[in-house]
Amino acid sequence: MLPTLEELKAALQELLPGVSLTMEGGSFLVEAKDVTAVCRCLKETERFGMDYVANLTAVDYPPERIEVVYHLCSMHHKHGPIALKVKLPRATPVVASVTPIWRGAEFQEREVYDLFGVTFEGHPDLRRILMWEGFEGHPMRKDYVVEDQDAPHHS
Amino acid sequence: MTTAMTTEPQLLEVSLGPQHPSTHGVFRMNAVLDGETIVKLKPVMGYLHRNHEQIGEHITYIASFPFTDRLDYFSAMSNNLGLAIAIEKLGGIQASERGEYLRVIMAELTRLVNHTAVTGFLLNDMGAFGTPLLYAFREREKILDLFEAASGSRMMCNYVRPGGVREDVPEQWLDRCRALVGAYPRFLDEFEKLLTANEIVRQRTQGVGILKKELAVNASVTGPLLRASGVNYDIRKVDGYSIYPRFEFKVPLGTVGDVYDRYYVRILEMRESLKILQQALKEIPGGPAISPKGMAMGKAPRTFRPPKGEAYGRIEAPKGELGFFLVSDGSPQPYRYHVRAPSFVNLTILEDMCLGRKVADTIIILGSIDIVLGEVDR
Repeated sequence: MLPTLEELKAALQELLPGVSLTMEGGSFLVEAKDVTAVCRCLKETERFGMDYVANLTAVDYPPERIEVVYHLCSMHHKHGPIALKVKLPRATPVVASVTPIWRGAEFQEREVYDLFGVTFEGHPDLRRILMWEGFEGHPMRKDYVVEDQDAPHHS
Repeated sequence: MTTAMTTEPQLLEVSLGPQHPSTHGVFRMNAVLDGETIVKLKPVMGYLHRNHEQIGEHITYIASFPFTDRLDYFSAMSNNLGLAIAIEKLGGIQASERGEYLRVIMAELTRLVNHTAVTGFLLNDMGAFGTPLLYAFREREKILDLFEAASGSRMMCNYVRPGGVREDVPEQWLDRCRALVGAYPRFLDEFEKLLTANEIVRQRTQGVGILKKELAVNASVTGPLLRASGVNYDIRKVDGYSIYPRFEFKVPLGTVGDVYDRYYVRILEMRESLKILQQALKEIPGGPAISPKGMAMGKAPRTFRPPKGEAYGRIEAPKGELGFFLVSDGSPQPYRYHVRAPSFVNLTILEDMCLGRKVADTIIILGSIDIVLGEVDR
């Protein structure tokens, strides 16, 4: 069984001294610089065994931040998901890619890059995936304005 | 002019798709070939992208249901169920007893529809044009008739709701369903007689597109594709959502993880689904098909304002883990609405499975992943 969130937090902090972890509404808040360390620890520590990144997405909170959300599970222990969150500045959202840890993040990170404009450092192939190359803007951002197709053409 | 003789391999770039019957929709594979052998393959998607998530953030929770039908348009009922479960988690809604049974019945019928159709398509991809697919579609149509009787639509069902189902099934429906479930094993036997031991099917599929257990887990592969590689992970068992813990069924596993195993795991899963259906149809109680809270939400969608917070609801859809991530800010619309689509994530390892294989193998490897572009592109 997965330990409760408090136990998980205590265990993580024991394994990773110096990493700040806070709880926010049932999910872990991790600082951007610690993402790789925390994810590796969750995957490689036998007790947690988080071998499966079920879901990876982002939430836009203008004006100042974007949150990247990871839902992690263990296929081996059959527990999870636990939610991990990283808060990033909205102007320059950059975070380490978890694709080197879990291949399953590859397309999901590309989607977040495409639709939210978050850059994943260390991603092997960070390109747009749903929108076409050369498209400008990030359509899932809250301030994205859809082009009005019914607007009269100015000739 | 002289032509230099060279021993360097001549690489050829080929675009498979986007308009091609084997891509199951509008999907492109950019392949680099050395002769007939794939040395690189990059999937290109997004042709059907309509920003489903953005739409979902501008309408009420319940108004998203008809849109989910169009995600994986072979499994509308499962998509509805996934969203319903996420909303129930977010809003603390309990489904009615009869509603739960009807949902499980619909979800398992959907699995039958999906696995039957995908097996037919797989044979089509192998070059057995038409015949197996028509056998599959004949059976699928019988289930779609049941869907139509219950929901009014064959494919775009829009039937499952938070708290239960939109309305109860008509009279005689359960008897018709029982008859179908009783007759289905005969079709499966017939289908299997044609395919399972078929020499050509075996030659084309055994040892093709092998996906190792470790890579499958690491690449977030789910559904029959994962289980064919021998990983015992079925969300119906792991999460025990809805009323699945009440039913007895097994999780079929493959050993090799090739295209043949995926085919066979799907056949076995259908037999397990029939077991669940038999039990559900036997035990289904009377009573309302939707709980009062769900009913109220259906009648006045804008009054449903879940408390601030978030929920990730997931189900075992026919293609794998279908997840809905919802963030509420207390308003009638979700602040964030995200769909974790199994087809999309399962495509991650398409290239790995195809490298070193021939072009013809790529087609059936893609067919064995079982993608629907409505869900990949969203």
